[in-house]
Amino acid sequence: MTQDLTDAFVELIRRASTQLPADMEQAIRDARENEEPGSAAQGALDTIIQNVELARANATPICQDTGTPIFEIHYPPGVSTRQLADQIRRACAIATERAYLRPNAVNSLTGENSGDNTGIDFPTMHFTEWDDDGIQVDLLLKGGGCENVSTQYKLPDAGLGAGRDLEGVRRVVLDAVNQAQGLGCAPGVLGIAVGGDRGASYIKSKQQLLRPLEDNNSEPELAALEEQILAEGNELGIGPMGFGGSTTLLGVKIGTMHRLPASYFVSIAYMCWANRRASMRIVGEDISYA
Amino acid sequence: MRKLTVPISEDTIRDLTVGEPVSLSGVIATGRDAAHKYMIETFIKTGGQPPASEENVYAALQTVLRDGVIYHCGPVVQQQNGTWSFVAAGPTTSIREEPYQADVIEHFGLRAVIGKGGMGPKTLRACQDFGAVYLHAIGGAASLIARSVKEVIAVHKMAFGVPEAFWIIRVEDFPAVVTMDSHGSSLHQQIKERSSARLDDLLR
Repeated sequence: MTQDLTDAFVELIRRASTQLPADMEQAIRDARENEEPGSAAQGALDTIIQNVELARANATPICQDTGTPIFEIHYPPGVSTRQLADQIRRACAIATERAYLRPNAVNSLTGENSGDNTGIDFPTMHFTEWDDDGIQVDLLLKGGGCENVSTQYKLPDAGLGAGRDLEGVRRVVLDAVNQAQGLGCAPGVLGIAVGGDRGASYIKSKQQLLRPLEDNNSEPELAALEEQILAEGNELGIGPMGFGGSTTLLGVKIGTMHRLPASYFVSIAYMCWANRRASMRIVGEDISYA
Repeated sequence: MRKLTVPISEDTIRDLTVGEPVSLSGVIATGRDAAHKYMIETFIKTGGQPPASEENVYAALQTVLRDGVIYHCGPVVQQQNGTWSFVAAGPTTSIREEPYQADVIEHFGLRAVIGKGGMGPKTLRACQDFGAVYLHAIGGAASLIARSVKEVIAVHKMAFGVPEAFWIIRVEDFPAVVTMDSHGSSLHQQIKERSSARLDDLLR
């Protein structure tokens, strides 16, 4: 693989930052119909819909917090991941110049903003080799406001009466939704991971956010829990932006991992309504986006 | 929808109650984490006697913020032919400024704070004591809000980086909702009490 994919990565970033995925937009439009006419909740969703249309038409960022760019890359044998990583970093800098991304990488020691969205372990990239002969890249732009309300629980949790089972998972997740209120830019999507160590669990929870809203969990117990948490989360009445209302969550996606006998982590990645994900597939010279 | 024009009088602010949508026009300043820390350390803790190097920024901020508005926002900007413009400019989470906001309201005579997610009891108290409100913008509606930014008048403390600098901007018909008023009411408090009661039922 000697192909330079830098331009393709820039285009992927542009799409992720400026075009809300169709399933998210439809869910927001449906939610708008369920809010009381004239309510602050409905007003918020109207503003969001107008903004989504405007961002797409003008190729400007949906949200000024263009977040942590998280790249999940699947590649066939023989591809240099080091080259791909260099191209991704270059693409982040170009996308910043073109104002698809805000300069978002701050040196934790000096406080200095690198100005181009590159830095120590920034952006986030995960590479996985697979048998397919194409390259698949999934990009998530994960905003900071919702990242700050993302959280992790260690079960059992006596305060919430949460044991080491799916009922325990349900209890802590609903608590997380209540703690978040509107701070994560509700209505949000929850990516949930059960198991793993702390670090792996957080990564897995974010990967769940790449699943389309209509994607049904292949595990029937988890599919049922996803639906239950979605319904009960909405019963909390937090509503869009925390203004009160019937839509607090637009989706819930759960994945599991093996864990140590000693540990039972539940990680919750809260994603704002601006669930910015985009995908790219490269087979030979062909590049397609979704 | 209530139209607000900066500078805003205390009477106008005292007339607002939570839940009311407003549309704001005039010259305002952005300021977020680094800006608030800086204002406290440089202007407030020094009793309004900043070091000489910071006097210009102080004077500029005093002019804009008196009976004025601060917006918790780190924008995406573009510079063409030497002129800045806002490309995307939604609100950032306000609660991070809770330790500072009340003192900034008092010191500069702010009438409104725009952000998202609401603020805590200290800020709510300052809204009561000094006649100010918290205005909630729609989080993530960045392209739409950027359109209401008609002009970038100045930028201060660019050394903080683009998101953290003070951007002095003229806005027209900036949409927001009053979620904390000057009478001690907070929509955020009310919603949290209700949702917590419902959560208790669900976990019973």
